[in-house]
Amino acid sequence: MSFLPYAVAAWLFGVGLYGVVTSRNLIHLVVCLTVVQSSTYVLLLAIGYVGAGKAPIFADIPQGTTVVDPVVQALTLTDVVVEAAVVALLLALVMQAHKRFGTLDPDELGVMRA
Amino acid sequence: MSRRARLWMFAPALAGMVALLIWGLTGLPDFGHYRGPYGKVLAKVAVPERKATNVVASTTFDYRGFDTLGEEMILFSAALGLVVLLRELRGEEEEDEEADDDEEGIEGREERTSDALRIFGLGLVGPTVVLGIYIVSHGALTPGGGFQGGLVLVTALLVVYLAGRYAAMRRVSPIPMLEVGEAGGATAFALIGLGGLVIAGIYMKNFIDPGTPKTLLSGGVIPLLNISVGLEVAGAFALAFTEFLDQTLLLRGSGGDES
Repeated sequence: MSFLPYAVAAWLFGVGLYGVVTSRNLIHLVVCLTVVQSSTYVLLLAIGYVGAGKAPIFADIPQGTTVVDPVVQALTLTDVVVEAAVVALLLALVMQAHKRFGTLDPDELGVMRA
Repeated sequence: MSRRARLWMFAPALAGMVALLIWGLTGLPDFGHYRGPYGKVLAKVAVPERKATNVVASTTFDYRGFDTLGEEMILFSAALGLVVLLRELRGEEEEDEEADDDEEGIEGREERTSDALRIFGLGLVGPTVVLGIYIVSHGALTPGGGFQGGLVLVTALLVVYLAGRYAAMRRVSPIPMLEVGEAGGATAFALIGLGGLVIAGIYMKNFIDPGTPKTLLSGGVIPLLNISVGLEVAGAFALAFTEFLDQTLLLRGSGGDES
C-alpha cells in the first residue's frame, strides 16, 4: 500500500485537469486549477514522510527524534500561499473578462474576440 | 476551431504527460522511506545552529530565506495586479454615477443583520486578533508563523464584515493602511536580508544573536521576518477581500445591469 499517497496525488491532478479541459465556466476553471495544485501538496508531503516520524518542531520532543523532512513542508507552505494569491489574481481577471465580453464561458470569449 | 477539434489536439499532449507522470511516479522512493539528505541534515543541525525549535520556520526564513523572498514578491505583485485590475472596473462603475447606490447598499446591509450575529461577531474579533498576533510572534517556536498568523488577522476583518458592518470594516482597515502594510512587509523582508549583507557579508544571512531555544526572541532574524511576512500577508489578503467586496456591493447596488 506504500504507493497509495502518490496515487492520491496523481488522481487529484487528473480530476483537476479533467475539470480544466472540459470547463464551460471561468470560475469553475479557476477552482479546478486549485484542485490540480492541491495534488502538489499531497505529493510533496508524501515524499518527505519518514516512517513513524514526528513533526519537525522540537518544542516538546527531544533533539534527535526521527522527524519528517522539514524542507518539503516549507515548500508546501510556500505553495499554499502562492496558490491563494494567484487564485485571487485569476478571479480578478475573470471579473475583467466578464465585464468586457459579458460571458464566463471560455469558448464564447474566443468567438467574441474574432 | 471547434470544441471537439481542440479536445483532439489535447489528446497527444495528454498521452505524453501521462507517460511522464507514470515514469516520474515509479522513480519515487517508497512511502515512508525518504532518501533526501538535505531534510535529515536540517532536522539535526537547525536547532543547535539557529536555536529556533520550529525547523519548518528556520527552513523557510533562514536556510531557504532567499526562496521565500521571491515568494513574497509573487504575493506582492499578485495583490498589486488584482488591485490594478479591479480598480479599473470600479472607475468605470463610478462614471455611471453609482457612488450613491454604493452608500445605500452598505447602509442597507448593515440594517439586515440580527443583534445576535452582531454581538457574537464583536465578541469574536478580539480573540481572533490576539490569536493572530500570537501565531505570528511564536512562529519560531511552535507551528505557525507570519503566513498563517497573517491570514488569521485577516479573518478578524472578515468577522467584522460578517457581523454586518462593511462600513465598519472599511473604517478599521482603510485601503491606504492595507497598502502600507503590504508594501511595508515586503520591504522589511528585503531590508532584513540586506542587513545580513551589510553586517555579515552574505545576503539573507542570520545576523542577530539567536539567543536560547524555547524563548520568544530565539532564532535571530526569524521572528523579525515572521512579523514582516505577517504584515504583508495580512495587508495583501485584506486588500484582495476589500476590493472583491467593493465589486460585489457595487454590482448589487447597480441593480444588475450586467444581466
